[in-house]
Amino acid sequence: MKIFPVRGGIHPDYRKELTSEKAIVPMPLPRKLYLPLQQHIGAPAEPVVKSGDMVKKGQLLARAQGAVSASTHAPTSGRIADVAMVTAPHPSGLPQLTIMLEPDGKDEWAELPQPLADPFAASSQEIRERVAAAGIVGLGGATFPSAIKLNLGSQNKLETLLINGAECEPYLTCDDRVMREYAAEVIDGARIMAHALGTAKIVVGIEENKPQAMAAMSQAASAFPNISVVGVPVQYPMGSERHLTQAITGLETPAKKLTAELGVVVHNVGTARAVHHAIRFGRPLLSRVVTVSGGAVTEGKNIDVPLGTMVSDLVAFCGGLKEPPRRIVNGGPMMGQPLPSLEVPVVKGTSGILALTADEVNERDTQPCIRCGSCVTICPCGLVPVEMAAFIRKDNLDGAAKLGVMDCFSCGSCSYVCPSHIPLVHFFNYAKGRLNEAERDKRKLERIKTLAETRTTRLEQQAQAKKAAAAAAAAARKAAAAASENPDNKASV
Amino acid sequence: MLLAVGSLVAMGATLGTVLGIASRYLAVEGNPLEAELLALLPGAQCGQCGFVGCGQAAAALARGEAPVTLCPPGGKAVAEKLSKKLGVKADLSEHEDKGPQYAFVQEDLCIGCLRCANECSTDAFIGAPKQVHTVIRENCHGCAKCFKVCPTEAIKMCAVPVTLGEWHWEKPGSHELH
Repeated sequence: MKIFPVRGGIHPDYRKELTSEKAIVPMPLPRKLYLPLQQHIGAPAEPVVKSGDMVKKGQLLARAQGAVSASTHAPTSGRIADVAMVTAPHPSGLPQLTIMLEPDGKDEWAELPQPLADPFAASSQEIRERVAAAGIVGLGGATFPSAIKLNLGSQNKLETLLINGAECEPYLTCDDRVMREYAAEVIDGARIMAHALGTAKIVVGIEENKPQAMAAMSQAASAFPNISVVGVPVQYPMGSERHLTQAITGLETPAKKLTAELGVVVHNVGTARAVHHAIRFGRPLLSRVVTVSGGAVTEGKNIDVPLGTMVSDLVAFCGGLKEPPRRIVNGGPMMGQPLPSLEVPVVKGTSGILALTADEVNERDTQPCIRCGSCVTICPCGLVPVEMAAFIRKDNLDGAAKLGVMDCFSCGSCSYVCPSHIPLVHFFNYAKGRLNEAERDKRKLERIKTLAETRTTRLEQQAQAKKAAAAAAAAARKAAAAASENPDNKASV
Repeated sequence: MLLAVGSLVAMGATLGTVLGIASRYLAVEGNPLEAELLALLPGAQCGQCGFVGCGQAAAALARGEAPVTLCPPGGKAVAEKLSKKLGVKADLSEHEDKGPQYAFVQEDLCIGCLRCANECSTDAFIGAPKQVHTVIRENCHGCAKCFKVCPTEAIKMCAVPVTLGEWHWEKPGSHELH
């Protein structure tokens, strides 16, 4: 299969060898699980349990609400200790409403929905409902509810389901291990998803630095002629939905559009496996594979972690920390976000927990820009980071927006190559946050304006109606008075 | 010389007539800047700026008699937009921005007098006589008009909390970069 070139990108030191040969091990149940109501993009789920309730494994704890949302289920049986605010696994360190579950150690399953006898005879709608009920979100890290993404076939003409096994972030090996160990499950999940989407073709894209995963996936896919497993060049950020699509189809996704408009839908390998579990066994999403790595961790591992496990428990399971880490990162080192502390739970989008040493973080003082143009050369989106950062530094956010800062997806390649260590991607994250905020403020202002105008018109109408009523009443009185006194009196006219 | 004087007089008369007609038929009613400034203001007529409503505030801004930081509920965002429109450099770092606020009714203090609901310019209150009132948060823009009229001080102005979805990174340190 022909692979098309993708512009820009970088070749960081991958350091995947730290954990790539470590088989996935299950995490023993911790003493307490913390399940945030928002582990996905969209509206937070609504809790359906309260403090003191006994729940079984797989039971619904919080129901999806609104158009874009995802449910959360109990990863094991036990008692609901509390529903309270707990620090979110988010760089802000803000708290969010979280369900706390004390496992009872029995790990008893709740009654699960009957598995679909033949998913390929089921309707797309039925599969989507099952996937939504299982609370599955994109496990690559974006955590967009998968059921909605499986509905893209209704609005677009789709040709290809692209299974993303690129895993271009350094350190992370969870997708690699899932493909090596559970290739058949991933392929089955992918086939079910392709059926729901109505795509004929399935392409599995894997970076060429994972030959074992490619071999395992090729073998699992060999029985199905419509599935091709292809190696893509090792080039960060190949795992980005848009760039992987470009490498496979040669088509560039237009700004502010979805890959679906090119007839391609991209799902992560972990998501495909979760769909397999949901459809074949009726099991909701209760755990995910997380890579724990980095120079400060005693022993890096790939772990099948029940959702809601504290990161501190996870690190303790890896033998604790060898040395105080300079930074704890949630996700990969390129796009991952720092964690406020170890006392935050693992959620659906946690692909890795990295404890990085000062050497690995490599913090340097920012130097003046030497206008070398490296950031322009490597920007995979074809943007001009140096110019955008200059505008943002001078608080000209509209100028940066005109240069396309909203099309930046924060891959961090520019910050990585900058010889002056300018925190370019930090500028863009700030600008995107501010521009989104301005957009929200604008919408609110419009709403307030409409409300105020409606009220003014209503008050005017009321006043007018009152006046008219008063005038009518006065006229009636006068007429009545005139009629009773003297019908010929001029005053009555 | 007469020719020169005559031609100048003729030119003056013609141009004067043209300008006179133009000023009559092509006149712009009101100050167009006012309308543009009005569009930037919240339009809730809350009167916190000291003017009767947003229209009067826009007129004062257009005349240059009011600072761009005049609108408390609009906050920094509106101040920035106004300063950009008017081309004035406003020192926004000095401007005390309390951030977005909303009104909250403490139910144990509310006597159901409806004064707040009558005062509210965006119909954000739900209530009936002698019933506890409450505020629809999305409709409240924190102008605090209700806060001032409440006879029992049941209304509290609260800061709108930052949610995980709305939080964003701060601007990187202001080192010399370029």
